[in-house]
Parts: sequence; structure tokens; C-alpha cells
Amino acid sequence: MPTYIKRADGKLAVAEDAFTAVADDQDIAPGDVIVSLTRFEAEGDRLLAEGRQVGVRVESSEDVEALAYDLPRIAVVALAFPKFRDGRAYTSAALLRERYGYKGEVRAVGDVLREQAGFMVRTGFDAFEPADGATVEDLERAIHRYRHVYQRSADRRAPAFAEREV
Amino acid sequence: MYRYDTLDREILADRSAEFREQVGRRLAGDLTEDQFKPLRLMNGLYLQLHAYMLRVAIPYGSLNSTQLRKLAWLSKTYDKGYGHFTTRQNLQLHWIKLADTPDILDHLASVDMHAIQTSGNCIRNVTADPYAGATAEEIDDPRIWAEAMRQWSTLHPEFSFLPRKFKIAITAAPKDRTAAKVHDIGLAVKRARDGAMGFEVMVGGGMGRTPYVGSTIREFLPANRLFSYLEAILRVYNRHGRRDNIYKARIKILVAALGAEEFARQVEAEWDKVGTDADLPDLEIARIRGAFAGGAFETLPPRSEAFEAAKASQLAFARFVRNNVKPHKKPGYAIVEISLKGIGETPGDATAEQMDVVADLAERFGQDDIRVTHEQNLVLPHIRLDDLPAVHAALAAVGLGTPNIGLVSDIIACPGLDYCALANARAISVAQHIAERFADADRAENVGELKVKISGCINACGHHHVGHIGILGVDKKGEEYYQLTLGGSGAEDAAVGQALGPALPYERVAEAVDTLVEVYLRERKDGERFLDTFRRTGVAPFKEAVYADVH
Repeated sequence: MPTYIKRADGKLAVAEDAFTAVADDQDIAPGDVIVSLTRFEAEGDRLLAEGRQVGVRVESSEDVEALAYDLPRIAVVALAFPKFRDGRAYTSAALLRERYGYKGEVRAVGDVLREQAGFMVRTGFDAFEPADGATVEDLERAIHRYRHVYQRSADRRAPAFAEREV
Repeated sequence: MYRYDTLDREILADRSAEFREQVGRRLAGDLTEDQFKPLRLMNGLYLQLHAYMLRVAIPYGSLNSTQLRKLAWLSKTYDKGYGHFTTRQNLQLHWIKLADTPDILDHLASVDMHAIQTSGNCIRNVTADPYAGATAEEIDDPRIWAEAMRQWSTLHPEFSFLPRKFKIAITAAPKDRTAAKVHDIGLAVKRARDGAMGFEVMVGGGMGRTPYVGSTIREFLPANRLFSYLEAILRVYNRHGRRDNIYKARIKILVAALGAEEFARQVEAEWDKVGTDADLPDLEIARIRGAFAGGAFETLPPRSEAFEAAKASQLAFARFVRNNVKPHKKPGYAIVEISLKGIGETPGDATAEQMDVVADLAERFGQDDIRVTHEQNLVLPHIRLDDLPAVHAALAAVGLGTPNIGLVSDIIACPGLDYCALANARAISVAQHIAERFADADRAENVGELKVKISGCINACGHHHVGHIGILGVDKKGEEYYQLTLGGSGAEDAAVGQALGPALPYERVAEAVDTLVEVYLRERKDGERFLDTFRRTGVAPFKEAVYADVH
């Protein structure tokens, strides 16, 4: 089981993961589950009707737009990084937060490295399954590395040009 | 010039601290080279054939004397006493020790410089017209927009892991000195009929294995909508650019696959959704504009007696003026190009001593302003005509008086097999041999504008596709061979060159260029450049002459 680190009220902490990630060739586990987009499209209504919380894993090649109408009932969107170099999930996260106003958890899964944490928080991720053994402290340091940022992003941090106006 | 404020400086300091920590982990063995590679590449640090190479960013090719002196000092202290100016207006130090890099970044940060995003699959240093703020041709000062793009692209959270590297160029003059049409995005400042300022947006140009001239996807983008539009382009690219094959991952491949019209449609659709939230407030643009305003120009007569007298009495000075001195927007001033293409030298290299001299001249005579051109030369953009003789003498004294800007010996060449792990063939020595053949300055001037560009491999760092004469090094069973192309251009008349014929061995390249030039001199009509003649006659007469002895 990967370590699950959750960010709430601006602070990271190792947390108990209530969700079980279920691969497409596995039987649905009891309790809260994260399933693939394909499986969600086929079985999502039934799983939700069973009263459990459902999360959806979106691969980097898949469009989050496919979830647009389901977002209010999805507890977690797990965005996959097949390799850390594959930056599509940053756009997916930004769209979930900014375009769709998604308030649930956006979790980084796959090749999640500490050096990416700053970018991830900025684009709207709030949960992490680090692949490099990064601790809460490692991620916090990466997230708070820069005292200023130049761009508006999903984290609503004031960019340099806004700081300069004050 | 733009001056970094506390915020800009704190971002650099934080970057430097981060890298020091990463290098520490690598040196302590906590990171393998494989794990360290993406981290060093975020800071412009490459591992080359012989040593680490650090690529220092020179945003939009603009430097002050303090910065250039610092680069000189770094090259003396941590390298072999010289640096290499690149086609992206950056500076490379080729003999760096890993353990020194954190200190080097700190020294750079102390003069508001860095190596951020000079490598990696991110938005790279923005190219801008080296004559910005000095040429009368420009509609606006492109540095304003380049600086705004520098900030916007720095550590961009969404666009730091693109399918491939991403290069933007901006020009505001009809004569394009940025190669905008062979960049991922080329921006040309335009004015609408009602006087409103905006940009023509060209996308998908590029070189490498599959060269393309960029397609215009928007004729006129209102200036205040630039950043939302850039976001839309980058977002479409980030999502849909290919990631399965490094050689098909640039935006040009996506634009070509979709067709420019369909690509434009997708960008416009995304742009509609992005809305104005992503645009930079007018106030910030005004702040940056203010930093570039003015310049301390005196009111001078258009004619300088000292300048005219020196021109009349000194042949070398007169030749320098004809080739390296360009008109300035203010009467009594001139733009001075400094050639880093001394005959027999390595194109783009400058010694620490030369950098110091240029810095001194900029400080004393040139409003503390220095530019780097994408053709690997330097520019003093604001020199009084009265001071030109003194500037020329000081340059000539350190081997920087070569009067060959735009001429056949003003060659772009990549580092090639002498430095680069990717190269198939040498590029620098080919450039040197060609330059030596045209060492006779009268002959070179008679030939006129002729852009020779040499790449040591198919990655095309030497821009051979857009050379009037392009030269590409290939490996033929372990031997260095060279394919010649003719008729390319990276300027406003951009085109990809066409092949001349079978590749030539190393020893025959300079001679072949000589033959091509002789054909041109024979065929040319009034006022035609090499490129014009070639475009009129086609390849036939050139091909016939070069391969004559093979038949």
C-alpha cells in the first residue's frame, strides 16, 4: 500500500485511506472504492446506489470532461502520472478545479515525486501517493519552496503581479 | 531595462537553494544519476562528452554590463576562460564541475540571472529582436512582452512537463531577426486598422528532423489577450501533443497532423472557455513597459563629423561601419553589431577578456545595454556616432572588430562533435574552413548577405534547414559527411532549404561552398542576394557546378 498523504487546511498529514483502488480485472471490494473511468461509466450508478463513496481514476490520456456531469457525486478523482514527465494530469487537475469547480479530492497517483509537489498543489491536487518515499516533511518543503509565484492558478495564490499592486 | 524587484530576486534565491539541496543529495549518493537528471535539466545543467555544461539564460538576449562581467568572471573562475553564446540568445559554459554549480547559480542570482528553464520539456527562454528599443522599424518594444512572458512561463505549474521543449519568439519589426517562423510560437506585433496593438500568432514552426515553417493561426490577437491565448495554445498542446515518440512530440507535429485550421479551431474553443481570467492586468503590463521606457538619449545632429572623418580616413573602420553598424531610431546614434565569428575562431565563443571589454564599452558608451543575437553575435544597441571610432578601436584590439555581419563567414554552427554527445560530425571546424576561404574581406563583401548554417546532426541546433546554404553533418559508415541544402531562410521570408545532392566528404565542404558562391556571382542580377538568385534559378546551376567533377 502506498503512503497516502492528504492536504487539508493548508497542512499535509499521513492519513488512513478509506478508499480501495480496484483494478479493472478485480472484483469490487467492499466499502469505498476508486475505479477506472471505463468501469465507472459502466458500473458507477450501481456502485453509488449501494451507498458507498466512489472515486474515479483518470489516466493521463483520458479527458476529465467525461466526468463533467458526475463530479458532484464523485468523492475522489485520482489523476495518474504514468511517468513524472507526463504532465497532462496538471491540466486535468486545473480543469477540474477551475472549469468545473470540483470540490472533492484530487489525488496524484503513479510516478509521484517530491519535486512535483509544488506544481501539483498549485494546479489543485490535495492528496498524494508518493512513489519516491517522500515524507510529509519532504512534500511540505517542496510546496513551500517558493515565496512567490508568477501565475494565477487553481490554488488561488496571489501571483507576483497582484502582490506588487498592494 | 527591466530591473528585478524583491519578488523576482526571492524567486531566484529560492530556486538556487532548491538546486543546492538537490546537488547535495546527488553528491552524497542519495540520488542516482538517473534520478538526478530531470532535476539538473530543470536548471540547464547537461552532461556532455567531456564535462557538465551549464546553459545560462539570457532572457530575450538582454544583458547589462554587470551581468556580462559576471559571466566573464564565472567563465574564468569555473570554466576555461570563455563562454559560448547560443542561437537561443543564451550562454553556455562547457567545462563545469557539478560541485561548483550551486555556487555558480548563487553568483548568477546576485546579478539577477539564472539557468531556469534552459533545458527540459518546458517553456524556454523567449527570443526577442536584439535591436528592440533601438530600431525605428518596430511597432512596439518587444522586450515588454518578452519580459511578461518570462514571468508567466517561469515555473508554470501546468506547463512544466510538456510533451517536449517549447520555444517562443517575438518580433515587432517587419525585418525578422528572431526566426519567429521557425519557433513553436512566433509572435509578430501588429497594429489593426484602428491603431489597436496586437499580435499575429504563428504556431508549429521548427527545425530538427522534420522542419516546418509556422502557420498563422490568428491574424490579429488583441495585445491584452495574449496570456489567455498562450494558455489555450499550451493547454491544447499539453493534452494532445504526442508523448510516445520524442521525435514527434514538438507542437509542429501536432499542428501538421491536425492541420493548422483544426488546430486553430481547438485553440479558439479552449480560449473561449479560458476567458479573460488568464490575462495579465493592464497595470502589470504598464509597470513592465515603464521599465523599458525612454533611454537616456541626447538630442544630437544626424551627422557626426568625428564619425565621417574616421570613415574617410580608416579603411577598416569604414568596412566595419558598412557591415556591422545599423541605423538607430534616434539621430546621431547607431546600433553596433559585434561579430563573434572571427575568421578561424569558434562561432559564438567569447573569451572572458572580450566579454569584459564589451561590458566596459556598454557602460561607457552604450547606456549599459548589451544584446545577444540568435545568430550568435553581440549588439551594443545605443552608440553615439561620435563614439563609434573609439568603440571600434577597442573592439578591434581584442579581436572583436571582424566586419562580417550577415556575410558568408558570419556562420551559425552548433558545437558539433567537438562537444556534443549527439553529434555525427564536426561543425565548428567546417565553419572555420569556410570562413578561411572567404577571409578576403573585399570578396566577402562583394558576395554580400549569405547565411551559412551548420548542424552536426539531424537535431539541427545549427539551424541548417534555414540557412541560405545549410550544412548537415551525417555519419556514413563512421566517416563524416555533409548534406548541403540551399534556399532556406529563418527570417520574414522563411523557408526550408532544399537538398543540393549527395552528401560530400568533410574535405570537400568548404570548396563546395566556394563553388556555390561562384555560381551565384555568375548568375546574379542587380541587387540580388544569394537567396534571391537561388530562388529565381532553382537548384540546377548550383548542383551542376558542385557535382561537375563527379560526372
